[in-house]
Amino acid sequence: MSLRIVVCVKYVPDATGDRHFADDLTLDREDVDGLLSELDEYAVEQALQIADAADDAEVTVLTVGPEDAKDALRKALSMGADRAVHVEDDDLHGSDVIGTSLVLAKAVEETGYDLVISGMASTDGTMGVVPALLAERLGVPQVTLLSQVSVEGGVVRGRRDGDSASEELEASLPAVVSVTDQSGEARYPSFKGIMAAKKKPVKSLDLDDLGIDADEVGLAGSWTAVDSAAERPARTAGTIVKDEGEGGKQLAGFLAGQKFI
Amino acid sequence: MAEVLVYVDHVDGAVRKPTLELLTLARRIGEPVAVALGNGAADTAAALAEHGAVRVLTADAPEFADYLVVPKVDALQAAYDAVSPAAVLLPSSAEAKEIAARLAVRIGSGIITDAVDLEAGDQGPVATQSAFAASFTTKSRVSKGVPVITVKPNSAAVEAAPAAGAVEALTVSFSEQATGTKVLSRTPRESTGRPELTEAAIVVSGGRGVNGAENFAVIEALADSLGAAVGASRAAVDAGWYPHTNQVGQTGKSVSPQLYIASGISGAIQHRAGMQTSKTIVAVNKDSEAPIFDLVDYGVVGDLFDVVPQLTEEINTRKG
Ligand SMILES: Cc1cc2nc3c(=O)[nH]c(=O)nc-3n(C[C@H](O)[C@H](O)[C@H](O)COP(=O)(O)OP(=O)(O)OC[C@H]3O[C@@H](n4cnc5c(N)ncnc54)[C@H](O)[C@@H]3O)c2cc1C
Ligand SMILES: Cc1cc2nc3c(=O)[nH]c(=O)nc-3n(C[C@H](O)[C@H](O)[C@H](O)COP(=O)(O)OP(=O)(O)OC[C@H]3O[C@@H](n4cnc5c(N)ncnc54)[C@H](O)[C@@H]3O)c2cc1C
Repeated sequence: MSLRIVVCVKYVPDATGDRHFADDLTLDREDVDGLLSELDEYAVEQALQIADAADDAEVTVLTVGPEDAKDALRKALSMGADRAVHVEDDDLHGSDVIGTSLVLAKAVEETGYDLVISGMASTDGTMGVVPALLAERLGVPQVTLLSQVSVEGGVVRGRRDGDSASEELEASLPAVVSVTDQSGEARYPSFKGIMAAKKKPVKSLDLDDLGIDADEVGLAGSWTAVDSAAERPARTAGTIVKDEGEGGKQLAGFLAGQKFI
Repeated sequence: MAEVLVYVDHVDGAVRKPTLELLTLARRIGEPVAVALGNGAADTAAALAEHGAVRVLTADAPEFADYLVVPKVDALQAAYDAVSPAAVLLPSSAEAKEIAARLAVRIGSGIITDAVDLEAGDQGPVATQSAFAASFTTKSRVSKGVPVITVKPNSAAVEAAPAAGAVEALTVSFSEQATGTKVLSRTPRESTGRPELTEAAIVVSGGRGVNGAENFAVIEALADSLGAAVGASRAAVDAGWYPHTNQVGQTGKSVSPQLYIASGISGAIQHRAGMQTSKTIVAVNKDSEAPIFDLVDYGVVGDLFDVVPQLTEEINTRKG
């Protein structure tokens, strides 16, 4: 029986660009280039490795995002995913994490899955909670923040490196997995992969297709409200000294002045 | 006054500092009722009472240690049902964020993660968050349901505020999902004797410029002279010079100490994401153009192998 893997990938503004908020206090997507969240490349990589190790597997990449978010899907397809699902609807603009996870969960169910794989966190919202939310909504085990993962005989195993301990985890499929950037470098798309991606199917779904009411998502339907966003004042220029033999002592003087010594 | 649930992060009964900070913030919006789960839960009561907990709800069962996350969600939900709080606060650890998220869905509420401050507002608690690698500060609220908010370490000063802290046993019935993810084994991290990275008042970090695992001794010596925690950039961690648990940045720990000292670190955006909110920032880097110098209160352009040992020696001398 075929192993159906769905990888959640987010389209995010480039972290090295000048990111800011739009007038409605949502993410401004106009002025910054978007890309596949780098941390989701690790999820795609692990999905492809798990698929390779299985007899018969299919990897679907899924995104919830605006028109441009197709770029993230194309990147994942060019890495080797088989097909893509794009949930796109004007009413999604400004969704918070509760709304986003609702849409993702419905789309995962609609797609059909044995295993859902996510990144550890997006590089924009950086909440790191979508995988747990998906597991809760789907009613399947969460096996999250894995630095190592394998699937064999309908069982997923992995290592979770936490603050105070490292844990070996195990759950039966279906399950939701998230992987960290310690799980192994993601592959680069090959020229062949990029060409092949152009022919792979990208299915578009909207809220109607998923049976979700517009007032459950988007800015208006959001469970949270952002009241203000202010750019952090630029730091006042610090003192910079060149070490000419006394740099360490000068620094000690500064630290003593600040009462750190 | 309304009660506020505070989820307790503790290790075998020893309450971690971020929870004590949470109690301070919780008192701004109501009366803290603490929820402590797992081994040693009842031992947390004295520390929690001293910092303002009016009640301490405790539960222990093998499920908390043997399975991932969900048993704790079940317990927190039981506490939520018993208390009907005005808000639920948790520390922003990876695990507590996952607990918070699942609880929010169950109780039909919104969630805010990684708040760096919290105050009472007309329409419920207002959280301050830091966005886009701390280049923006936002104020947000939960607008539907009972606010579930996770708060980063070092977001408030710990204040003593003695309260009753009466211990009450919490009755938990575990959901079908509770036993879904088995913890096959757990290897506790060895203590270095240094402060916990996210809680430390001073963090001393090294990057690619440290150029070797053995050279991290130079960074550690400086840290020890200041009683500081040791951090590392991802470049240093990826090179295998220092453990990943010490990584500072977007995919590592985010720290907000009184003093952050970066040596041999260029200051890439992903590193800045984890340290930009530090109160005082100091850097040692031989490249005067390194972006880290845009952030510093004091910077030394020079070779870290000259500057850092001299600094350490000077500190040790001054301490006498
Ligand atoms: C600066 C900022 C702060 C925010 N704070 C909050 C907040 O406190 N509360 C709140 O409710 N909302 C918040 N949001 C909105 C929230 O980030 C989005 O709703 C978001 O899509 C889900 O959260 P995340 O991006 O943090 O994902 P994370 O939980 O960090 O993502 C983990 C993984 O989930 C998957 N994933 C996440 N989003 C998608 C997607 N759209 N499509 C496919 N896969 C996805 C990816 O695999 C990703 O690696 C914030 C947004 C921003 C930009
Ligand atoms: C998705 C993603 C997530 C990431 N997450 C993180 C993260 O969590 N944390 C993180 O740190 N990075 C993270 N990175 C990596 C980040 O982009 C940088 O590559 C990394 O921070 C660089 O580390 P560095 O400053 O030590 O090395 P470099 O950028 O190579 O800088 C080394 C610096 O040391 C200086 N130097 C060299 N020798 C000496 C000497 N003898 N004395 C003084 N100075 C010297 C050099 O001038 C240089 O400025 C992430 C990247 C991505 C794409």
